[in-house]
Amino acid sequence: MKGLRIGKNWLYLPLIGMAVFYLLPMYVILVTGFKSFGEIDLKTMWNLPRGIALDNYIEAYSKLAPSLWNSFSMVIPAAIISSFLGSLNGFILAKWKFRGADFIFPFILFGMFIPYQSILIPLVQFMKAVGITGLAGLAMAHIIYGIPITTLTFRNYYASLPQELLEAAKIDGADMLGIYRYILLPISLPSFVVVLIWQFTSAWNDFLFAVVLTGNTDWPITVALNNMAGRGIISWNVQMAGSLLAALPTLLVYIFLGRYFLRGLLAGSLKG
Amino acid sequence: MASVTYKNVFKKFGDLTIIKDLDFQVEDKEFLVLVGPSGCGKTTALRLLAGLEEITEGLITIGDRVVNDIAPKDRDIAMVFQSYALYPHLSVYDNMAFGLKLRKTPKGEIKRRVTEAAEILGITELLQRKPRQLSGGQRQRVAVGRAIVREPKVFLFDEPLSNLDAKLRVQMRAEISKLHQRLQTTFIYVTHDQTEAMTMATRIAVINKGILQQLDTPQVLYDRPSNLFVAGFIGSPSMNFFPAKLSKDGDGIIVDTVDFKVKIPSKHAEPYKSLGGKEIIFGIRPENIHDPEFAPPNIQGEKIAAKVDVTELMGNETLLYLVSGKNTFVGRVDPRSKFHVNDSVQVVFDMDKFHIFDRGTEEVIR
Repeated sequence: MKGLRIGKNWLYLPLIGMAVFYLLPMYVILVTGFKSFGEIDLKTMWNLPRGIALDNYIEAYSKLAPSLWNSFSMVIPAAIISSFLGSLNGFILAKWKFRGADFIFPFILFGMFIPYQSILIPLVQFMKAVGITGLAGLAMAHIIYGIPITTLTFRNYYASLPQELLEAAKIDGADMLGIYRYILLPISLPSFVVVLIWQFTSAWNDFLFAVVLTGNTDWPITVALNNMAGRGIISWNVQMAGSLLAALPTLLVYIFLGRYFLRGLLAGSLKG
Repeated sequence: MASVTYKNVFKKFGDLTIIKDLDFQVEDKEFLVLVGPSGCGKTTALRLLAGLEEITEGLITIGDRVVNDIAPKDRDIAMVFQSYALYPHLSVYDNMAFGLKLRKTPKGEIKRRVTEAAEILGITELLQRKPRQLSGGQRQRVAVGRAIVREPKVFLFDEPLSNLDAKLRVQMRAEISKLHQRLQTTFIYVTHDQTEAMTMATRIAVINKGILQQLDTPQVLYDRPSNLFVAGFIGSPSMNFFPAKLSKDGDGIIVDTVDFKVKIPSKHAEPYKSLGGKEIIFGIRPENIHDPEFAPPNIQGEKIAAKVDVTELMGNETLLYLVSGKNTFVGRVDPRSKFHVNDSVQVVFDMDKFHIFDRGTEEVIR
């Protein structure tokens, strides 16, 4: 028993080491963001700042604020709409099967494995052709690219629900939409949290679609952050403060909803 | 309240025929139990009536309305499922009110019906709970309550007690019977448990391989099974069967199993007189086999030599597992019997209570 405990303690050592290594960039972002421009030097990169100055954050925010709101206005509808579509898809594919449903499902999933880069040119041309440009186009790209993963999550969850639940609702008087609206939708709230977090994060963090689909008035935060660096002298302190601002929403979402995320991933069933 | 009729109903899944020519009527206010081994089609028969499966051929009517093309919700039925199928996100109250809300029943009326049903079932104090906070028996009651509040013409039950433990099952059995008396509505109840069928039903329909074997009152089913399957399915322990041949012996008829012979009493012999040499199956229930010492007087007894293989003392009776040649059979004898394992004994068959089946068609000969 004692030997086991010592062994376990030894295990923590490499784990802590790896965690520290993983968190080093975060440390640099944090300390640099509080430094004045004069303090910025590769030699003193690891040093703590002389004081806590919020000027960098204020400056970064004044530069990034419009694109921060651009990001919100694109990501929130994109996440909600693609989650909702995924849950409708999942419902039909799991519980209201039509002929060929099991054939179409893998095709939808195939969308997950298409790399962003490979569809970039047709994507831009298509959006131009149909006249959906800027943030709306970007939101639409994320909605469509999100459908495979949201469909998969909801389909698998709904497939785990007993058919008798739907049959009981059918006899009680619910039609197809009634079953979805009154039974499956409320039951699947945990899955919605999972999918919303996932979609929010991936759309927020995306750079590639954003850079090809938006112009400088409607850049989302990722593109704006990149372009803030500009030419010539880079104010690393402001850049780092900006990076933290850009990462903050997804961090906050995970911190506040993370426990639902884990619960949603684990709580497949309604047994108990 | 309504009668239910199956008229030449077939159900096929591709090439597989699950229900073959089901044709019977359930009377108004009757408690009909569909019983049979698992996979016999009894649940499918119920689901056809509920509208959860499409009828391949034939007609089903509820009251005087053909329901083949009517949606489940418009058939005026309510169903209790094996897994209860309660809505996990709704309280007990809302579970019961769900169907009424969808039907736009006035709020006051919903409240009245739910409260009343909860009282009947003794779940009033659970109304605000969620299904996951309930025990199996309580969930069962809620599922029944959800059916009651709808005030349907026909109640359907699909093996509602099979997920409960033995003690609770016996208790719920009595409660469902009581409910039937109280509601005075047609009940159709599916089970694989012949004890449930015997204790609750006004009539039982025995189904095997998608075919209706016999439909009658529990007592008739038990006393006069129409074929080998019904004889073996109803009753526990099952009826004993012996492959045998009929033969003439002067005026009388003898059942010859090779290992032993029994004479059919002359008052029962009439149907068998012309059947000398016929291959049959001789059946007798365990309680009609006695220890001679405790056999009731005045029975038409036939003594059989056998060896005791196992004895099971049940308190009110003793089960004897007996061997005679290549036949093994069970006797249900008086607990005072002094028979022991490996004893060579004589047992008495009550020859007023035998059954004879055609070995080819498996139909009863009487």
